[in-house]
Amino acid sequence: MASDVKPRVKVPKSASAGETITIKTLISHAMESGQRKDSDGNPIPRSIINHFTCTFNGETVIDVVMEPAISTNPYFEFDAVVPESGTFEFTWQDDDGSTYTDTKEITVG
Amino acid sequence: AAVLPMPAMADAVADAIAAFTGGVTPSEGGVTVDAPEIAENGNTVPIGVEAEGAESIMLLATGNPTPAVATFTFGPLAARQAGATRIRLAKTQDVIAVAKMPDGSFKQASATVKVTIGGCGG
Repeated sequence: MASDVKPRVKVPKSASAGETITIKTLISHAMESGQRKDSDGNPIPRSIINHFTCTFNGETVIDVVMEPAISTNPYFEFDAVVPESGTFEFTWQDDDGSTYTDTKEITVG
Repeated sequence: AAVLPMPAMADAVADAIAAFTGGVTPSEGGVTVDAPEIAENGNTVPIGVEAEGAESIMLLATGNPTPAVATFTFGPLAARQAGATRIRLAKTQDVIAVAKMPDGSFKQASATVKVTIGGCGG
């Protein structure tokens, strides 16, 4: 479902140049696997987020291709290097064609 | 839910690895799979993977209806070639991580997770 999809991202507000920071992301999504059946025995069609990317000032940090085995409310944790002040951009792509994005500023100083 | 015979499952895992490696046989080790020994709830099992220097890491669940879980690809700003997520496991099984290295070689590791309640809604 494209409704009530809410991305949440945790990024420190500041860092020193070249520092490694840990990023945590969570997005609310049912991640219907396509394996389940409804009460009448009909298969429930697959509807998942199939792709997640994180970039910093346009350069890739991580790119994840996701399959139905990823749990409801997909969660990712990873480490990024922060070379300068800038913006992290997070993008999730839904099976239904929707794209969800979030951005976080970080200051190097 | 229909239960696939074991050889079909083994083939699906081998096919997924071959598709990722282009037929190259991965060597054992050099990859870390961080998984719980026992997962009470198969709907959300925390899994971490790490392979220093890897270009990408593919994660497979050998006992799920389809083995593919996720493929992590690391960019120049990844501080470590590592990622953590939460996955569904249908039953007790091995989770396999295959890492693609910049020199074209592949590394592989696995971890067994005992699942109390399966996570595929069957």
